Amino acid sequence: MTDPANRGLGEPAAPSGRRRFAILPGPARRRFSLLSRRDKLVLGLMVGIPTFIHVFFIWLPTIASGVLSFTSWNGIGLDRIKFIGLKNYADLFGGIYPPFWPAILHNVLWLVVFLLIATPLGMFLAVLLDKEIRGTRLYQSAIYLPVVLSLAIVGFIWQLIYSPDQGFINNLLGTAGTPQAIDWFGNRDLNLWAILVAASWRHVGYIMVLYLAGLKSVDPSLREAAAIDGASERQTFFRVVFPVLRPINIVVLVITVIESLRAFDLVFITNRGLNGLELLSVLVTNNILGEASRVGFGSAIAMVLLVVSVGPIILYLTRSLREEAA
Amino acid sequence: MGDLSMSRGPGDPADARTPRRSFLARILALGSTLLLIAAACGGGASQAPATEPAASEPAASAAPTEAPSLGEVTVGSNYSDQVPKDAFAAMLNYCATQTTATPKINTVEHGAFQDSINSYLQGTPDDVFTWFAGYRMRFFAGQGLATPISDVWAKVGSNYSDAFKQASTGDDGEQYFIPMYNYPWVVIYRKSLFADKGYTIPTTWAEFKTLATKMQADGLIPLAFADKDGWPAMGTFDILNMRQNGYQFHVDLMAGKEKWTDSRVKDVFNLWKELLPYTQPNALGRTWQEGAQSMINKEAGMYFLGTFAGEQATDPAIRDDLDFFPFPVLGNQWDSENAIDAPIDGLMISKSPKNLDGAKALLECVATGPAQLEFLKASPNNVAAAKDADTSGYTPFQQKMAEIIGKSGAIAQFLDRDTRPDFAGPNGMQGFLQTFLNDPNLNLDTYLGTIQSFYDSLPPQ
Repeated sequence: MTDPANRGLGEPAAPSGRRRFAILPGPARRRFSLLSRRDKLVLGLMVGIPTFIHVFFIWLPTIASGVLSFTSWNGIGLDRIKFIGLKNYADLFGGIYPPFWPAILHNVLWLVVFLLIATPLGMFLAVLLDKEIRGTRLYQSAIYLPVVLSLAIVGFIWQLIYSPDQGFINNLLGTAGTPQAIDWFGNRDLNLWAILVAASWRHVGYIMVLYLAGLKSVDPSLREAAAIDGASERQTFFRVVFPVLRPINIVVLVITVIESLRAFDLVFITNRGLNGLELLSVLVTNNILGEASRVGFGSAIAMVLLVVSVGPIILYLTRSLREEAA
Repeated sequence: MGDLSMSRGPGDPADARTPRRSFLARILALGSTLLLIAAACGGGASQAPATEPAASEPAASAAPTEAPSLGEVTVGSNYSDQVPKDAFAAMLNYCATQTTATPKINTVEHGAFQDSINSYLQGTPDDVFTWFAGYRMRFFAGQGLATPISDVWAKVGSNYSDAFKQASTGDDGEQYFIPMYNYPWVVIYRKSLFADKGYTIPTTWAEFKTLATKMQADGLIPLAFADKDGWPAMGTFDILNMRQNGYQFHVDLMAGKEKWTDSRVKDVFNLWKELLPYTQPNALGRTWQEGAQSMINKEAGMYFLGTFAGEQATDPAIRDDLDFFPFPVLGNQWDSENAIDAPIDGLMISKSPKNLDGAKALLECVATGPAQLEFLKASPNNVAAAKDADTSGYTPFQQKMAEIIGKSGAIAQFLDRDTRPDFAGPNGMQGFLQTFLNDPNLNLDTYLGTIQSFYDSLPPQ
């Protein structure tokens, strides 16, 4: 990256740890004297404001959720918060709350489908579009379009496709409005898959754009060298390009995991996560939002979701920090 | 996505030194400004779904000092669909001419209104807000989020039947609610279809099933059915339970005084199973609007729903062709009781209104027949709650609604208005009823045990 030798005196240290070390050789006292009062103020604000935002908007709510998960509270009046120990968790894991285990299962299925189908498909499309084929921009826009569309429209589009009475598929099959119509959203054996098709439809475009950006950054000379060495197209991708794109691969992987765990919107607009479409995120919403207002119970589900999500986030952070340190 | 791809390397140009630092400072200044704005907005957003909270401030201070005019009364409304929205505005405009209070309506999309009702009532709610009678009203009254209006009831009480008064009374014996109108849950059908095929109105369970069999033979779906949204099936449970076990058992079950594991509840589900061969398949993927359409298009012979199903008939000729009858009786001791669901909608006053006198004056006006008729003129799928409403202007549809409600010995609100909200919602009964509809042959004892243990796991209220 930037050559440390180019750095002038008084230049504020960049946020990356690596560069601070570059200035370190001098005694510590001298390092501070390099900074004017204004520098210190600017630095203080630069560190302070994000820290404040981080603590106030991320850590405080997280801790509050954690605490609330041990309480029973209907959201009205702080004096009504009652500590009930582990009851919320016992109810969750003990099967008192029927939607919980299906929700876990559906989140896992979501993850598997995204990891094995949607993400590879998005990467594959990116590789194809990277070939500068004719009309590549048109394809890119078309595939990315679902990500940009407003949710209301996405919900409407899929309603038009799946509806038993008026839907496109049932009309195509000639079963629309008859008792034989395939009930895509109502049949518990089908609706999760129907929603997963819709969700993949959006996810593929997302991954495609991410990966395409990565592919564009690959040094063309690498490909040329591979071609000169007689590597086939496939060998070039799997042996040269793919390993070079390791940082992007990790980003794609982490995004896939996070997207599957926080999957919410499509299910919520379809039927509010009822009838075979239970997801952890929707259960949190159904408990905390609305008239039910089981804030403590909803927080307990949120904590389960948090614990599940923290794994991939830690993986991502350690990877990216190691990248930077390397 | 933006941050993630950028985090790979800022690639900062080292040669742009001096401008860069001032640029950073400017970014910081901008950032902190944005933060302040965000904080300010956050505070504002938590205040309410009220769309223009600022406008109501001056009215508050002005109201108590000006004796002759009662000043502005803010009204939080969930009537976001065009027809009821116009109807509600027409009613309040009428009341503006009858009182010295000036109502100002803040409309919120009705789903969002219901979802945010908790935080709305705890924040800075409007003086008056639209709500529902029954447990849903008593819950907020019990939490101290509404103002008792027994003094208003002392003036307008004679204009309501006892059933309405009871539905407006909180657990502490005070009234909290002014009913505007209600509507019954009935079996809706098309007169022309019944005339063509020579069907007659069934009054007993046996006749009902005979008619359904006949319709099936004629290639019709006897009963339209839809439960994608989770709540319409509650109406079927309510009526079957009240027909089978009577009103008192039903409300006691709703209130948690009876157990779901009671064999009487099992009878209800067994009765429902008898009905299922005649009901429209794939109900869990169909909205009530689609269900109503299939009845209107004569694909289905009948539809058990609230009379609001009539809204789906946009063609006036078809509208006039719609008729309905009460759900048949089972031939038991509850036949004479003839209980139905007839949910009441109305108005409440929030806990510390800025203009209490104005709000009460407004509610007094809303409790009169002429005001309620203003609403019904635009939305004729309901009937007025006040006794002095002039029913001569009613459509035949409305007259029949009033007749059926009048003949009912007991009136329930609706499952999700008669029981605690954390039990009725998508978490609880909506999901449970869908589980039954998904597999009606499930083991009812296990199933009802799950419902009861879920109910028992809810915090005491």
